[in-house]
Amino acid sequence: MIASFADPGQRTASAPFGHALAALAESDERVVGLTADLGKYTDMHVFAQAHPERFFQLGMAEQLLFGAAAGMAEVGLVPFASTYSVFAARRAYDFLCLDIAEPNLNVNIVGGLPGLTTGYGPSHQATEDVAIFRGMPKLTIVDPCDSVDIEQAVPQLAAAEGPTYLRLLRGKVPTVLDEYDYTFRLGKASVLRGGNDVVFVSSGLMTMRALQAADELAQHNVDVSVVHTPTIKPFDAETVLAEVDSDRLVVTLENHTVVGGLFETLASAVVSRGLGTRVVPIALPDEFLDAGALPTLHERYGLATSTIVDKVLGELG
Amino acid sequence: MTTTRADRVHAAAYRMRHHILDMGEVQGQGYVGQALGVADLLAVTHTDQLRHRAEDPEWAGRDRFLLSTGHYAIALYAALAEAGTLPVSELETYGSDGSRLPMSGMASYTPGMEISGGSLGHGLTVAVGMALGLRFQGTRQRIFNFLSDGELDEGSTWEAAMGAAHHQLGLLTALVDMNALQADGPTAGVLGIEPAEQKWEAAGWFTQRVDGNDVDSLLAAFDAAAERAQPVGQPSVILCDTRIGRGVPLLETREKAHFMRIDEHEWQLCRDQLTHGHEGARAQ
Repeated sequence: MIASFADPGQRTASAPFGHALAALAESDERVVGLTADLGKYTDMHVFAQAHPERFFQLGMAEQLLFGAAAGMAEVGLVPFASTYSVFAARRAYDFLCLDIAEPNLNVNIVGGLPGLTTGYGPSHQATEDVAIFRGMPKLTIVDPCDSVDIEQAVPQLAAAEGPTYLRLLRGKVPTVLDEYDYTFRLGKASVLRGGNDVVFVSSGLMTMRALQAADELAQHNVDVSVVHTPTIKPFDAETVLAEVDSDRLVVTLENHTVVGGLFETLASAVVSRGLGTRVVPIALPDEFLDAGALPTLHERYGLATSTIVDKVLGELG
Repeated sequence: MTTTRADRVHAAAYRMRHHILDMGEVQGQGYVGQALGVADLLAVTHTDQLRHRAEDPEWAGRDRFLLSTGHYAIALYAALAEAGTLPVSELETYGSDGSRLPMSGMASYTPGMEISGGSLGHGLTVAVGMALGLRFQGTRQRIFNFLSDGELDEGSTWEAAMGAAHHQLGLLTALVDMNALQADGPTAGVLGIEPAEQKWEAAGWFTQRVDGNDVDSLLAAFDAAAERAQPVGQPSVILCDTRIGRGVPLLETREKAHFMRIDEHEWQLCRDQLTHGHEGARAQ
């Protein structure tokens, strides 16, 4: 049983990435799937069962995984290569950078366990993956919120010319965004709800928490706008800054260290535009995190809905 | 007297060595010693082995030659000139601003350069993917990955070696330049890689070890590899013992260095020695 961050009773979809990739392969014969001994744990097994001849097991060898993905893209295929985010970002960086990004190949990197989505401690928690990857030219970085984002993102990642990195949510993934007037568009942010007092700028599973917190804050007569920016790079500064450029309290929410992720992405956009807006980060601390149970850890490190509500009420005084 | 394959390769290697010295002189530096050492090997690949179209280096049906050691670009440019992919007249731009021939090989700069090597230990991983991909697409193109003995230090090379054997990539051939030298000194002292044949055999490869400066031995090894090349089969490796500076006694006998110093007045001396040696060999 894979640990899930879904709330009890929440609607979920099973292995949305694997099903989306299997469906895409029906219409796009260039699509192939690769993994480094983590097929079952990145939902790639769904694709492997549907298209066994198009699935390639590279073994527990992440440098080979991404070098081989580059080679497959060099001959015209569109690989999706999955492992855990820690191994993609920390172990195989040189291969991603020089074999995939520099030649601008259409390789789609799929990283499981992004940020704090496991209680296994720093060996498994990719709390700094976005910080590592943001410096890599040509790489598109996508941090999906839920099963809707993942299902809609997969064909767009394949259609994008260059390399992409998907912060995978796996197993039973919450379904949230179908309740909003929303479609995933690669490279675009979306205002999911408007609000007069606070602007939340969020990505990944923290958009789900942002929406929950916005509902709870409404009971405190705090009116919150939520801007979801599933593409971290390239950053849709136009859409986001249009919301941020106001006298409302601006808060970023991300499942990532406060260093080098969404907060700093927005902060640099704000400064570049010459805005004087203060931005409050809700993010993981610049630390190696504890092992333990995921719900407890989310509370400890400030990602839980209740801690978000408390933080915002404190800021508003 | 008929011209044999070996004669043609010898002649190509000789011309390539001159190109290498000429390019080295342009920059006053370069990996000239290593390049002279592999000239025979690359003359075999680029004038005898690879299926390619000189006028269309992107031809989809071509065999692939991956230069993992980006710093050997000076040798590959000479080979690409012999293959007709690059005009000889362009070689003098080697390493200059705006040139298509940078000092470390990059795919986006140069026709016939399949990958951007240079971060060592990458080439064979990419070659594995190309071999998997081309086989998946139903072709019988061969994939050659050129690497150095120093790259046998890299764990990724062995990830790829195991992966190639596991997936039975029988159209993949690795060519290892065993020049026994790496950046900090002799390979045996930096990180011993012997017994290299046994390591490749244990990894599941059809392994041959030859004198990489003996054209007849090289051709025989390539022929043996070609005979076995099948879409599903054992990958093949040819370990080529080469001599740094080969063909130029001044450099062959100089103290071995990864980045060999050649003074300004010595370039012509090198060329004269190369020419003299070649003419002497022909007279025999």
